[in-house]
This record gives sequence, C-alpha cells and structure tokens, in this order.
Amino acid sequence: MTMEYPDPNYTRIKGWGVDADPKNDPTYPMKKYTGDDHRRLDYRRPPQQVAEVEVLHSNERPGLSAVFGTRQPPSGLSGQLRRFAFRYSENSFAHWLPLLLADRVNVAEGILNDFRNGIIPNIMREKGMGAEWKYNRKKLIKKAVITLAVSLALLSFLRKDRR
Amino acid sequence: MLAMNYRGPFRVRADYYKPDPEIEHPGDAIVRVTRSCICGSDLHLYHGLVPDTRVGTTFGHEFTGVVVETGASVEKLKVGDQVLVPFNVACGVCPLCKQELYGNCHEANPGATAVGGAFGYSHLAGGYDGGQAEYVRVPYADVGPTIIPGDIHPDDAVLLTDVVPTGYQAAEMGGIRKGDTVVVFGAGPVGIMAAKCAWLFGAGRVIVIDHLEYRLEFVRNYAQCEAYDFRSLGDPVLFLKKTTDYYGADVCIDAVGCEAAGSFLQTFTGRKGMLQGGSATALYWAINSVKKGGIVSVVSVYGPTGNFIPIGNVVNKGITLRANQASVKRLLPKMIEHLRSGYIDPKAIITHRVPLEEVADAYHLFSAKLDNCIKTVLIPPSAGA
Ligand SMILES: NC(=O)c1ccc[n+]([C@@H]2O[C@H](COP(=O)([O-])OP(=O)(O)OC[C@H]3O[C@@H](n4cnc5c(N)ncnc54)[C@H](O)[C@@H]3O)[C@@H](O)[C@H]2O)c1
Ligand SMILES: [Zn+2]
Ligand SMILES: [Zn+2]
Repeated sequence: MTMEYPDPNYTRIKGWGVDADPKNDPTYPMKKYTGDDHRRLDYRRPPQQVAEVEVLHSNERPGLSAVFGTRQPPSGLSGQLRRFAFRYSENSFAHWLPLLLADRVNVAEGILNDFRNGIIPNIMREKGMGAEWKYNRKKLIKKAVITLAVSLALLSFLRKDRR
Repeated sequence: MLAMNYRGPFRVRADYYKPDPEIEHPGDAIVRVTRSCICGSDLHLYHGLVPDTRVGTTFGHEFTGVVVETGASVEKLKVGDQVLVPFNVACGVCPLCKQELYGNCHEANPGATAVGGAFGYSHLAGGYDGGQAEYVRVPYADVGPTIIPGDIHPDDAVLLTDVVPTGYQAAEMGGIRKGDTVVVFGAGPVGIMAAKCAWLFGAGRVIVIDHLEYRLEFVRNYAQCEAYDFRSLGDPVLFLKKTTDYYGADVCIDAVGCEAAGSFLQTFTGRKGMLQGGSATALYWAINSVKKGGIVSVVSVYGPTGNFIPIGNVVNKGITLRANQASVKRLLPKMIEHLRSGYIDPKAIITHRVPLEEVADAYHLFSAKLDNCIKTVLIPPSAGA
C-alpha cells in the first residue's frame, strides 16, 4: 500500500497550519510549569468568603474554598442524605450514590415546596411540551394516543376484574 | 429577578422566585446578563446525570453581560463594562491558576476536589447560580471576566466563554502534527469547533462522526471536512480503520460525553441505569479507532463514578489520553486573534434565539434536537440594548 500523503494544497482553509507546533506533542505542557505544585497548598489564599449558610465540603480538602455558591443549601430529607454523603471521600460510591438519591428525593421536595408556596407546577410546560407540539407534533400525538389507549385498556381490565 | 429554575430531570422553568444576587465576597461583581447560551454540558444536568444537582438551581455558564456592581477589592472592572465571562470560576493565585490551569482552580469549589469551579453547574462545581437569569454573581471578577473588545460581535463574544476555547483545546490536546488524520466524535457545537480548529494545527484530514444528519451537513460546510453518520457505517471503528489504510487515525477527539448514543449496553447502563457516569460509547470508539501510539483527546463530560472504557487497549496500543476542562482564560487572547484573522466564525453556529421566559421549550428543543438546533442563545427581558 502506498503512503497517501495528504494533498498539500490547503489554501482553501483559512489559517491552515498557523498553530502547527512541533513542540505540541503529548508532553508539551499546556500547563505553564512553575514548580508551585511542590509547595502544595502553601500560597497566599484569596480572602475567605464567610459562610452564612451551610456549605458542605469534600473531606479531601481541609476546609472551604475561598469562594463558593450559597444558593440551595442542604435542607430536608435530601439535605440529610447530602450531609451523610459528604462523610465519604470522592473516591467512594458511598459519596456519590446518596447524592444521586438525594437529587431524586429533592424533586419530590420541590413539588411539595411549590404547593406550599401556592404554585401548581405546570409539569407539561416545564418539560417543554410547547416545543414538542410545535416541532415534533406527530410523535407527541402518537405518544398521547398510545398512553390514552393503554390507560383505557387498563381501566376496563380493572373494572372487569372488580365485577 | 427572572431566572431559570431547575425542578428535576427534564423539568425547568423561568420564574421570579429568586432574589437578585448580592456581593458576597470583596472580589465579586454583579453582572446583568445580555446573552446566555444553553450548552451540551447543561443537558447532563437537565437529564439528572450530575450528582448534587439541587432543585432550584439556575444553570448557565456561557454568558455575557454588563457590570452593575463591584466588590470592594475589584480593580479591573467598573460599572457599565460589557464583559464576557469564562465558564470557569478561577481565583488566579492558587498553584493551578498560576500555571494557567484555570479549569482546575483549587479555590472555587468546596464540594469536589476533582472538579474546578463553574457557573450554574450544580454543587458538584461549586454551587454557583448561573447566567440563565437576569443577574448573576461573578466571583473573582478581576480574574475571569474580560471586557469585550469593540470590534467583537456580541454573538461571537458569548461563544468565547466556552465553545470556542473548548473546541480549540480539544484540537490542541490532540497534539496534531501536519498531515495527521483527526477524527472528531460529535457534531455538536464543541465537535464542530474542534473540527474547525484541527485544521489550524495542520491536520491533513478531518473526519466528523455523529448521527444527526442536519449537524453532519452543517459541519461538512462549516469546517470543510468529511462527516459520517455512524448509523449508516455499521461498525464505525471498522470504517475508520479501513479509511486510514487499516492503520487507525492519528488523533481522536471525544466531543460527545455521557449522553452518547450508539450502543444499547452503554446507553442502558450509563444513561438509564446510572451504573456508570453516563454512556461512554464515543470514548470507547475513540480508543479503538486511534492508531497505536495515537492520542485521544477528551473534552466531553462524564460523571464522577467512572465509566466502562477499554483501558486494556489504551495500554496495549500505547495510547496517550489527554483531557481537561477548557482553560478559557488561557486561550482567550489567541481566540480573539483568530477571530480577527477570520480563521474562526463562532456566531455562525447559533441557530436559535429564545427569550429567557421560554427556557423550558428551549431546553427541550436542544435536548431532543428538534428544529435543526445547534446552539441556542437565551435573551433575558432585561438584556436591553
Ligand atoms: N471540557 C470542557 O471544557 C467542555 C466545555 C463545553 C462542553 N463540554 C462537553 O462537550 C460535549 C459536547 O458538547 P456540545 O455542546 O457539543 O453537546 P451536544 O449535545 O450539542 O453534542 C453532542 C453530539 O454528539 C452526538 N453523538 C451522540 N452519540 C454519539 C456517538 N456515539 N458518536 C458520535 N457522536 C455522537 C450527538 O448527536 C450530538 O450531536 C458535552 O459532553 C459537553 O459537556 C466540555
Ligand atoms: Zn458550555
Ligand atoms: Zn485558582
């Protein structure tokens, strides 16, 4: 097989090769190496943001980072799960799985919260069914028809069963 | 203020529930958002794949805006400045930032040491509310935010916050040598940009793989490359081997990430069963279709729990894996230069402009890939002129 060297005429591509750099092999540092790695966490830290809400931090670091987000502090049952998760390191499934579970519990809490705040969540709207209706109507109708048919069948089956 | 509000997997809305953000640290600024994109990364949150995504979170890490307030120690920005804000929250002084690894800052995310800080990316990335809102709190305002040069179009500016540097870094990490055959998996905004940038490093041949015909068509024209639908290829790895004289591609780029389609087993265990950190189909293919001694560059996002990839083949083939979150600040000056030289044309990938009020439809449209969507920009009502 002959070596097929690519067509050298790349004038049709604006900027072809402008960033070709023989030093850009896998060892070429994208990192500007300064040696600071060896000083570890011994550097002048930015001023510390004061935590006015509960902020969970990974146990793989000594404390909070200098800044952090403060919205949605842990609360309720999902919050308990999150606190539990943070007792384990990022290396542990005992960290990630409770967090995923907490996220699901949090969805239910979100709906309850909505009701508490007098909001009836418009789930169809939240799911973007407006766009589905506009751009994917056939599939939406098909889905709706199937759902309706299945529920009707189930309903009549249950009724018969009861009689 | 009006803000996007995450309610659970596949459920978001825009509402006035949130108070305006406040300065919480002397280095903060408050920015009034003028444009805010939806990213493929947001889909991982939207689909509930990212642990510690709390209900009520506002997403959005690609935004531009106007500075409306600055903290006591902010020196480089003043009220009224038009800024583009890199998606990384970075302190600028930790050893990582000092070495220009702004995507890996150690002072921006208490929740996970493996993850840097990012706007609107759940508590896994620091718990910051994002830019899909009227206002946003921007920590370390002297480090990341960059005043938008007068000659840069606002639509280009917003894409400089993530997509452009990420696509560029994907190609850069590929260590491309003149004449190399580069395969890009994924024809989303990031893959499209990676394909475009591969040429700047002197690629000899650029091949993009996806399964959405409209995106393949787009990237073929936009990045002047070959593009193939993996559904029609049968086994995409075999196809790539054949088309490289049974040698394998020199460089493979994974620009798909944990939402990958194409393998029932991966989809089932990764996206439905959550037995791994998302579906790793594209990375699997990338490892298997690169040449021995080749380089696989990964910019796409996977969950923290791990994935099924053929690591044995990485060893046996002597593959170099290179990966990172993009270091936006490091690349910005060069990206602006390339924009001015006309080497890249970011705004051409924007297909949808949606008022923030319609955020739920916008997410669904992008997630379900309806109406030939490539990139969506949300415009808050207060964006003004
Ligand atoms: N590292 C970073 O800094 C960074 C920054 C931005 C985005 N990202 C990540 O990059 C990835 C792409 O982002 P995007 O905005 O382009 O997302 P996108 O969802 O628009 O694009 C992904 C594309 O991959 C395609 N695809 C699905 N399965 C495939 C497969 N098996 N093979 C080939 N293509 C396949 C999809 O059809 C889609 O077109 C995401 O994972 C995102 O999180 C990373
Ligand atoms: Zn993004
Ligand atoms: Zn830092």
